[in-house]
Amino acid sequence: MSEWIRICPLEEIPRLGSRVVQTVKGDVAVFRNGSDEVFALRDQCPHKGGPLSQGIVFDRKVTCPLHGWTVQLDSGEAVAPDCGCTHRYRARVDKGEVYLNLS
Amino acid sequence: MTTTKKTRLVVIGNGMAGIRTLEELLKLAPDMYDITVFGAEPHGNYNRILLSPVLAGEMTIKDIMLNDVDWYAQNGITLHLNKTVTQIDRVRRKVIAADGTEADYDRLLLSTGSNPFMLPVPGKDLPGVISYRDIKDTDEMIEAASRYRHAVVIGGGLLGLEAANGLKLRGMDVTVVHLMPWLMERQLDRTAAGLLQKSLEAKGLKFLLEKQTEELVKGESGRICAVKFKDGETLPADLVVMAVGIRPNTGLAETAGLYCNRGVVVNDTMQTYDPRIYAVGECVSHRGIAYGLVAPLFEQAKVCANHLAQLGISRYTGSVTSTKLKVTGIDLFSAGDFIGGEGTEEIVLSDPSGGMYKKLVIKDDKIVGGVLYGDTADGSWYFQLLRDGQNIRELRGRLMSGQSHLGNSGHQGQNNAASMPDEMEVCGCNGVCKGTIVKAIKEKGLFTLEEVRKHTKASSSCGSCTGLVEQILASTIGGAYQPVDTSRKPLCGCTDYTHEEIRKAIVERKLKSIPEAMGFFEWRNVNGCASCRPALNYYLLCAWPYDYRDDPQSRFINERAHANIQKDGSYSVVPRIYGGVTTPAQLKRIAEVAEKYAVPTLKITGGQRIDLLGVKKEDLPKVWADLDMPSGFAYGKSIRTVKTCVGSEWCRFGVQDSTSLGIALEKALDRMWAPHKVKLAVSGCPRNCAEATIKDVGIVGVDSGWEIYVAGNGGIKAEVSLFLVKVKSAEEVMEYASAFIQLYREEARYLDRTVHWVQRVGMDYVKKRIVADATGRKALHERLKDALCDEKDPWQERVRGAEAQEFMPIRFQSKNHVSGDTHE
Ligand SMILES: Cc1cc2nc3c(=O)[nH]c(=O)nc-3n(C[C@H](O)[C@H](O)[C@H](O)COP(=O)(O)OP(=O)(O)OC[C@H]3O[C@@H](n4cnc5c(N)ncnc54)[C@H](O)[C@@H]3O)c2cc1C
Ligand code: HEM
Ligand code: SF4
Ligand code: FES
Repeated sequence: MSEWIRICPLEEIPRLGSRVVQTVKGDVAVFRNGSDEVFALRDQCPHKGGPLSQGIVFDRKVTCPLHGWTVQLDSGEAVAPDCGCTHRYRARVDKGEVYLNLS
Repeated sequence: MTTTKKTRLVVIGNGMAGIRTLEELLKLAPDMYDITVFGAEPHGNYNRILLSPVLAGEMTIKDIMLNDVDWYAQNGITLHLNKTVTQIDRVRRKVIAADGTEADYDRLLLSTGSNPFMLPVPGKDLPGVISYRDIKDTDEMIEAASRYRHAVVIGGGLLGLEAANGLKLRGMDVTVVHLMPWLMERQLDRTAAGLLQKSLEAKGLKFLLEKQTEELVKGESGRICAVKFKDGETLPADLVVMAVGIRPNTGLAETAGLYCNRGVVVNDTMQTYDPRIYAVGECVSHRGIAYGLVAPLFEQAKVCANHLAQLGISRYTGSVTSTKLKVTGIDLFSAGDFIGGEGTEEIVLSDPSGGMYKKLVIKDDKIVGGVLYGDTADGSWYFQLLRDGQNIRELRGRLMSGQSHLGNSGHQGQNNAASMPDEMEVCGCNGVCKGTIVKAIKEKGLFTLEEVRKHTKASSSCGSCTGLVEQILASTIGGAYQPVDTSRKPLCGCTDYTHEEIRKAIVERKLKSIPEAMGFFEWRNVNGCASCRPALNYYLLCAWPYDYRDDPQSRFINERAHANIQKDGSYSVVPRIYGGVTTPAQLKRIAEVAEKYAVPTLKITGGQRIDLLGVKKEDLPKVWADLDMPSGFAYGKSIRTVKTCVGSEWCRFGVQDSTSLGIALEKALDRMWAPHKVKLAVSGCPRNCAEATIKDVGIVGVDSGWEIYVAGNGGIKAEVSLFLVKVKSAEEVMEYASAFIQLYREEARYLDRTVHWVQRVGMDYVKKRIVADATGRKALHERLKDALCDEKDPWQERVRGAEAQEFMPIRFQSKNHVSGDTHE
């Protein structure tokens, strides 16, 4: 099953910021980085479940607001020396609209 | 040369300094070079300083590997183990090893370390006579310990004592022979050395001082059997370890015609007299000094890597070193000029029977050296003061009792890492115990506080256990640990420029946005990181209160959402209650909001107001609208509260109206961002019920006016504030307090509390700017008023719809259709 769901126009996600999407699979954080790439992760830090959507975004990374782990947006992996992974979903931009794929 | 071919870098010497340089280089320029490494030893790069614990049986060789062979492969480095380079052909730019292996270079790095010095006495080449330098020597000692009985260690310095201790633990009968009248004379004065000798004797070691070795005597088996001294005495010996010093290993460089003078001579960029050849480590002579400890070598490595990566912006200007002996159970620290002399004074604290001795040597109000024995808890602190050249006049009274006595909370008052059991918790915030830290340091090869923080999380939150973690580092890796030089602290890993340099350029070059500032300083990472962005945002805001547009994405979530994130992702809301004085109407409103939004917890805060805990993020704007009170900024690097006592209006002791002044101050400072949180308090008389003397600014009423105290702190480390000035009127209090706070806003580093900043710049400086300079003070006061006059209340702005997206999640409406419902 590969279903792309339209989320919102790109400009409704702040650059270097994120929006939370409430889905049947729980909260998903959709990020927009400095070069307008979008990424989607389960909104739970691999450390203690902190809301990654609330972190500071830079490059292709986000720093968790709770204890400062940095998580890679394109893989969901924590940046070394921390170790852990959060689920990644596919996301893309098409004609200024952001799409999310939960499969 | 074709352009597609990469520049070739050859490294001679597969040791700690050389490979550290490669690690730093790979971080800066991973693809710049084709790298080849020659190592005379058959091993990958290992942590030489941990040979002592290996000898003592506390660790194994496997534990001390820093870079195994796989590491070289993963980084595309050609590694020639067991190959000693014997020739450098500088004309053809080629190195040749003993077995004929050759490698061409464009850049060459020499890191050949040093050779142990062997006393030129008869018998020095006998079997059983060894030095203490590498894995081979260590193996030989371990092997000898299992077969023989008598060991003699020649040399009572750091290395000799660690060798002797290890051999003793392995069951040998060990005598240390030393030429000088006391042990470790290059690190210790006579008193400390005496204490050290006593505790080593208690461990079963024997000492012969002021003894000169004449001959090493051959036994029947052909192996060493005894040591003979000048005075005719002899001592039986099946194993002799020479630890009388090291000589920079410069033979190869000299043959190649490189200028050497007790070390390969390099300039501040670690370049030798041949510009294609760099050198780092113990083989180097820099400004006439050859270092024999790891910490300075690592600083050299960092600088060298910077130049190899062709960034060309850093210089090595020499190091101040400190020493620790890695003998379990012995706590000893030494740094700088510990003997003293003309123009110096000494502060000494001595309790020989208790096994404790502390001596600091002071010159012109600065620490220039010291020796600690028995209680080294404050070694790192003293060393920091020494390196930073900090004026200690104000600290003098409490210098000896030490930093750790200034009131630390969070680890049961422990301040001596050595005596802590492994399972004892060091970091109360992250629940890390001592054993975990020691294990990480050893297994992961950590050398700095930053690395320990990254790997274990210890001291990475509140930082109150920093001193303990530093001690654990120091006692685990010895003098290899070097506290960071706080006088030159880069803003973060994205740049080498300091906070001060960046703030100055923001003002002078009129940099008015984060991308501009990052561009100007050639930031290493796109968009910076979670450390520098909030700092830059603040610096810009402080420099350009009118022009700069605050960047919410560069603020921590608390400041972006204007509420405190809690561990479950919900938020807490603290409305402002000026001076802690409220009304029935306000209380009713708070109660109604709490009921309407089912707020799970209501709590009276330490700042005399009410916290509504557990509010959902999407409810925040509605909660604020219903409260209709200003934001308390309980979440920000900003003004928090002005705590007050009831004062003269009601209190029978009160001599001043502390409540009115507190309210006036809180109103004047409302909505103020700062490098860190700012807390004030006002008490109506010296009984000081508002605890004003542990605040950033504390005001205490006296009969004839007000006393102003600054730079106190009630948090992690209790710091009593310092007296700034006494004034007569409430208006003057407003002016002085505002001026002090504005100076802090303009000059402190982001995340400095006032206490950290004042400790760095000194109270004299603060008094000069705030008390002595009336014009300057008024100007500061005006600038603060200016900066704040246009600030809007963040809650009311958001109630009116600002940043609505921040608070609204996107919801599914049906399976396939999603809408961004920014409003219901
Ligand atoms: C037992 C012991 C304990 C120590 N304890 C401490 C301590 O507690 N704190 C501290 O700060 N320091 C300590 N030191 C000192 C520290 O280990 C050295 O300062 C550091 O290792 C020097 O690094 P280097 O890279 O300059 O030399 P090394 O690490 O010695 O590396 C040089 C390497 O180059 C190789 N080499 C030399 N010539 C050639 C050649 N021609 N071709 C190929 N390879 C070559 C050598 O075999 C060696 O492997 C200790 C040293 C020892 C031996
Ligand atoms: C993320 C962690 C923290 C949160 C969410 C938090 C939150 C708060 C809040 C909401 C208040 C009430 C303040 C007010 O009324 O304005 C407060 C007060 C206080 N906090 Fe924290 N705090 C945190 C960490 C710390 C730390 C690490 C320290 C120690 C340095 C500390 C020391 C204090 C003190 C001493 C007070 C009382 C202030 C006073 O009496 O004026 N807090 N904190
Ligand atoms: S500090 Fe003085 S005036 Fe204020 S409440 Fe205490 S006793 Fe009264
Ligand atoms: S929950 Fe993210 S760092 Fe701890």
